[in-house]
Amino acid sequence: MRLAETVLERIGARAEAEVRVAGGSSALTRFANSFIHQNVGEEGDVVSLRMAADGRVASGTTSNVDPDRLGVFVEETLERCRVQPVDPHWPGLTGEDPGGPAVDHYDPATAAAEPADRAGRVAAFGAAGPDMEAAGYCSTSGVEIAFANSAGVSHEGRYTAATLDGIHRTGTSAGSGHAASNRLDDIDAAAVGALAAERATGSVGAYDVKPGDYQVVLSPECVATIGIFLAYYGFNGKFHNEGMSFAEVGADQFDPAINLVDDATDARAVGIGFDTEGTRRSPVTLVETGATKGLFHDRRTAAQAGAASTGHAAPGSEVYGPVPSALFFAPGDRSAEDLIEEVDRGIYVATFNYCRVLDPKTMAVTGLTRNGTFMIENGRITGAVTGMRFTQSFLAALGPGNVLGIGNDARWADSEFGPLIVNAPSMWLGSWHFTGGTEA
Amino acid sequence: MFDYAQAAVEGALAAGAAYADARVVIATTESIDVQNRVVESVDRTETAGVGVRALIGSSWGFYATADLTDTAARGAGAMAARIADASATVPGPKMVLADVPVVTDEYVTPHEEDPLAVPLAEKVDLLVEVTGTMEAVEGIAIARGNLTCWVTDKWFVSSQGHRIKQRLVESGGGYDATAVGESETQRRSYPQSFGQFETGGYETVRRWDYAGNAARIAEEAAALLGAPAVEEGEKQLILEGSQLGLQIHESVGHAIELDRILGWEAAFAGTSHLELERLHHHRYGSEVMNITADATLPGALGTFGYDDEGTPAQRIDIVTEGRWVGVLSGRDSASIAELTPGGMVRGDGHNRLPMVRMTNVGLLPGAGTLEEIIADTADGILMSTNRSWSIDDRRLNFQFGCEIAWEVKNGRKGKMVRNPTYTGITPQFWATMDRLAGDTELVHWGTPNCGKGQPMQVAHTGHSAAPARFAKVRVGVKA
Repeated sequence: MRLAETVLERIGARAEAEVRVAGGSSALTRFANSFIHQNVGEEGDVVSLRMAADGRVASGTTSNVDPDRLGVFVEETLERCRVQPVDPHWPGLTGEDPGGPAVDHYDPATAAAEPADRAGRVAAFGAAGPDMEAAGYCSTSGVEIAFANSAGVSHEGRYTAATLDGIHRTGTSAGSGHAASNRLDDIDAAAVGALAAERATGSVGAYDVKPGDYQVVLSPECVATIGIFLAYYGFNGKFHNEGMSFAEVGADQFDPAINLVDDATDARAVGIGFDTEGTRRSPVTLVETGATKGLFHDRRTAAQAGAASTGHAAPGSEVYGPVPSALFFAPGDRSAEDLIEEVDRGIYVATFNYCRVLDPKTMAVTGLTRNGTFMIENGRITGAVTGMRFTQSFLAALGPGNVLGIGNDARWADSEFGPLIVNAPSMWLGSWHFTGGTEA
Repeated sequence: MFDYAQAAVEGALAAGAAYADARVVIATTESIDVQNRVVESVDRTETAGVGVRALIGSSWGFYATADLTDTAARGAGAMAARIADASATVPGPKMVLADVPVVTDEYVTPHEEDPLAVPLAEKVDLLVEVTGTMEAVEGIAIARGNLTCWVTDKWFVSSQGHRIKQRLVESGGGYDATAVGESETQRRSYPQSFGQFETGGYETVRRWDYAGNAARIAEEAAALLGAPAVEEGEKQLILEGSQLGLQIHESVGHAIELDRILGWEAAFAGTSHLELERLHHHRYGSEVMNITADATLPGALGTFGYDDEGTPAQRIDIVTEGRWVGVLSGRDSASIAELTPGGMVRGDGHNRLPMVRMTNVGLLPGAGTLEEIIADTADGILMSTNRSWSIDDRRLNFQFGCEIAWEVKNGRKGKMVRNPTYTGITPQFWATMDRLAGDTELVHWGTPNCGKGQPMQVAHTGHSAAPARFAKVRVGVKA
């Protein structure tokens, strides 16, 4: 906090200003062909500054916290303000902190994890598939963030994060496993490795199936990717203001079984309780029993929409809009196996890969399946199928009548945008449009 | 700054490393974003620090600190060695780094105008002007423009004696117009999606006629909303250069990365459909397909003096007359594959481990012009400017969407169609390339957002391409 205050003191009354100082360490141990091939760590502070001088706005970031350099950094940023046109949409600084629940998703043991701790998880993952080749990573981080602005608002926050993600490969197949938490000790590396090994073994002998519409049971990883795409492109206040979003607040756009909230205050979440503008992150109900209920806002999008910021500003959100912090799909009451038992003919998908939006309003997305795609017949998995390409509206996928069941297995799942953003269960969907195989 | 890099190397060696190298990197990025004549963001980011690699046995460790002091640099070296020790608890096969020349040198990107010295007001005015021109076109809801430049100073030291100073200067930008309809949106971009970026100064921006193309781009976006959708079927496909550049990036550039071929990216980016034993034998495409990886191309975005292992930039053949003949490699991957290191290992800033990255992977030009290709096409479709891209983890099955397309019938460019997509399988697709335009239409397209690695790294790569035609391609895939 002292560093943030020092920067504010240097600016004085010359501009409105907000300062964010992030520091800490992170490390990632990567393995492939069953050995550790890349193993990295880093430490350092980063100072981010946004200033508005008479409505003229500029920002800067530096990792050089030498006092003299910081002084130059402040003057350079102020000079960039002065040559800008006035920003007619400048919403001003966060002026008052209404208070809220304490958010402290921090585990000292995770922050202090040693290279040997991560290597041990890698070894346990690999041991679960002794005759296969393992690949993936184990990461840990501990971050502390201080925020202060010239309107008198200040916050301090910290968080930890840990992830183990990997695959096992036979000569002809692969299967994936994933676990993530704000505590390294929550991760059972042997169990993650065992799931990956089971999926890899089950994928041997995969065959092609004809493209077309199939019922699907999607793993939490696939549902997480659907969730992050809907959140980023649809519930984004900027895109909504611009008419680019599918979201219609109050409309029944989803199946009644769908409930989706963003809640950084949840004890399971990763991250801090305030955003880059110093606004506390409010829980946001995005979908309630199928009805679209809310959007993410930062101060700029909120002012344009006549709403209040929900505390979802992030680096770059001036351009890309506010982003989710901790998405939670409400789980169902049946296991993934129970969902599979109800499928007469369909496909189980462990992981999506390389998903890209064709149009943000329709949420038409193309992507592929990977590391575990299985045929379901008469309520059980009867064999593996080769990876498939799909072109499917993610909005329609969760649309009214298409969600036939939700699993009770919600957890932090990997997504196209990375881990620890979406807590998702398995889902059984009535129709999914596959457009081709991966090799024909 | 060499002293900090040297201290980091000495710290690693003192802690037991057999080999170490270190980079001090000071990187400045300036980015300006304007939407509908309003400045959304004017940002300058400076990162500084030292990153050090330590090799113990065949196991690597890497550590980075933003604290540029002798003590912190030595500590980072020692930590890198400790991490390498931990790596050795799950060891790989024996590996000896491939030899490269030990060099003391300095390199500066050739450039005319320091992009950071060009007045901000001039850059902002340009973007306000072009977004204003686009916004004024009826039907355009969103007009966006961006200019970005990177100035990166690196000091590289290795325990074998390298001392290399480089200053890399990269500049570029672009703009797009979006028309928002009832149920879908249509976008057009210039010079290409995400903008056009090159090595060089602000002169690279001036070379593209920003003001002169804004109205056309916006009119095309507005017209697309009312255009018919592309029909599904198999057709002759003509790709303009920037889309072909991305096609090369995704279906050739990543597939030829030796780390992927060796399985080092299996869990994340993926592997490759290429098998090393098929090098020099595998048919990648038709005989008009000649691809090089050339880190020495003046102005191309993947150009530098030395890679981040101290290996000189070089040009190698990748595909010759359709046959696969080369890979992208570094000192460790080349050693394992018993090849010569290609000098293609780069890291994203001081705090990222250098890894195999594309340089400038591009098509050598053919003959003729786009106009001549169109005149020679009976029933085809011309697609331009990428809108979406997706490809599987072996770089085989791809589907691309473009912003705009035109029917080509009996040698004439016909009506505009919207939502064009095409899909294919890499070797089958490249085998159908039957026309490739000549060097008058060759552009070194830049890709500034190539993601790879964990933690994620972003690399800047170049892809030379002129328009080309493919004989029979599935187009118009729908949701």
